Amino acid sequence: MIPGVDGFMYPNEVELQWSVLIVLYPYITGLVAGAFILASLERVFKVEAVRPTYRLALLTALSFLLVAPLPLQLHLGHPERSLEMYLTPHRSSAMAMFGFVYLWYLMAVLLAEVWLEFREEIVHRAQTTKGWLRLVYHALTLGSYNVSPEARRIDDKIGYIITVIGIPSAFLLHGYVGFIFGSIKANPWWSTPLMPVVFLFSAMVSGIAAVMVLYVVSSKLRRIAIDMRCLDTIARYLFYTFIIDFTLEMLDLIHRTYEADESFRSLDFMVHTRLWGSHVILQIFFGTLAPLALLAATQLRSFSEARRRAMYMTAGGLTLIGIFAMRWNIVIGGQLFSKSFLGYTTYKVALTAREGLLPAIALMLLPFAIFLVLIKLLPPWTEGKATEA
Amino acid sequence: MDISRRDLFHIGGKLLVLASVGATLDQITGAAPPSEAYRMADHWWGMLIDIDKCIGCGNCVRACSKENNVPEGYFRTWVERYQIQEGAQPQVDSPNGAMEGFPLPTRADVKSFFVPKLCNHCADSPCTQVCPVGATFISPDGVVLIDQTYCLGCRYCVQACPYGCRYLHPKTDTVDKCTLCYHRITQGLTTACCENCPTGARQLVDFKDPKDPVHEFLRHNKVQVLKPYMATQAKIYYKDLDGAVR
Repeated sequence: MIPGVDGFMYPNEVELQWSVLIVLYPYITGLVAGAFILASLERVFKVEAVRPTYRLALLTALSFLLVAPLPLQLHLGHPERSLEMYLTPHRSSAMAMFGFVYLWYLMAVLLAEVWLEFREEIVHRAQTTKGWLRLVYHALTLGSYNVSPEARRIDDKIGYIITVIGIPSAFLLHGYVGFIFGSIKANPWWSTPLMPVVFLFSAMVSGIAAVMVLYVVSSKLRRIAIDMRCLDTIARYLFYTFIIDFTLEMLDLIHRTYEADESFRSLDFMVHTRLWGSHVILQIFFGTLAPLALLAATQLRSFSEARRRAMYMTAGGLTLIGIFAMRWNIVIGGQLFSKSFLGYTTYKVALTAREGLLPAIALMLLPFAIFLVLIKLLPPWTEGKATEA
Repeated sequence: MDISRRDLFHIGGKLLVLASVGATLDQITGAAPPSEAYRMADHWWGMLIDIDKCIGCGNCVRACSKENNVPEGYFRTWVERYQIQEGAQPQVDSPNGAMEGFPLPTRADVKSFFVPKLCNHCADSPCTQVCPVGATFISPDGVVLIDQTYCLGCRYCVQACPYGCRYLHPKTDTVDKCTLCYHRITQGLTTACCENCPTGARQLVDFKDPKDPVHEFLRHNKVQVLKPYMATQAKIYYKDLDGAVR
């Protein structure tokens, strides 16, 4: 009897191949895609109420996007060969295309949009700051110091076009992550055409929740009054997106249960045993139903501002935990059962190993460190819009 | 004999391709290059496994492990024992891949048989499809191989294999699996597992060789591949495979 194994696993299946780092990868890219789509609400769809979070959302997306490839890099047996994915990509591989989608999104969309949005401040700071920071800002101007109204109009026009291109790109970035899993026919837990769509909507949910939480926390830290119209609007979008996401996930569940193909008994057993805590309790109950109930309550009844804020923060926090649990259940859950459907293995997270818990925590904190540097360098605050407390 | 410039280019081009393919495979497999008489285009390798002949002795597993320096705890080939009671879920075991054979069955009132497993060398292999750099590929003679000098160790192929045949080699940090003893079969030998099977339950076959007994065998016997619904065009054929086997 192999420790941690129940029933029969193919001998090479006992050890899990994709660790907690691969859980982080779709989680982080999801936050990027979601935050960007929230930013685009203001830019493209003219939802003025979310204006205070526009720049915050852009910097959030950038902070997480810069970290997105790191879990993959750390996971590879030979990270030094990863450049081969760019140099000699295998065109039939969904994973090979990640490099290109990532580069396109980083270089052509996000960096360009952030630069255009902050150009005026960059030029201003290049002329007013002193010391080494002055050099940094001079470098960031890319040699363009023209911030005349005419030049800003052109910036705005190009920025708009980039955002319009950015929306399908954000969809592509995360939809394709779903495809990486959804296209593996050998694994019935992953193999569904719904996977890219579920990933996309869950990405939007997590990104919107992250920006909402960051907006409230940053406003509290800066002792700035929270724009409740903005917060209410974000929470409303979070609610709508969450309903679509939940519907899609339930559709998948109902379809699997009703169809009950040969993998069903095995997967059902797994959900009721090894995945019960992370799937049913954490993902569905605390991570989905609880925040949905809180958000629904704010739509149906009127609460005081303070109470609404508390409800939104609780819903946002639970949502972020729930979406993480969802990524965990997909990535880890998909490897806990045997492809023979006759057995189950166990995943034990090491603490300090290369793919262990500590590197995972460090990788999860890194975007926040980058975020702190970015908001120092390019303050996203739109003081004119917020009222001093 | 007159040789036109066009002929010269054609012959030269073909020789160049053959020479480069030979050199690459040498580097990939780390073994001696195929013998001069060996032409990849003339072969299409697979295997026949006769379930009724397998006695679960584990000779094949030991031979493979020794021949290919397979790391402990991982398997390029293994043997499963199915014990099926009518109406119940099959009981399957493969202690240490059957490296030391099997303990005696605990019950006599069940249908019991052994199923040797190895890479299915699929013609439409999902593992080669998903490799991000093309490090795993199908050779012109139908063997799924891995370029160990090129594999990133991302393990996407491990996830994509429906049969659990791949693993990450703990020493090289690259993915490893059965090569159908490519270093042997290109020298005119059979695989280590086939050579060491005392009952002839495993037979290396060459589907392109008109004299190979496989053609006669396939005409007269009912065969099946593992998980046919995966549509991978697996080339490991099983005679008398029970429907319960996954």
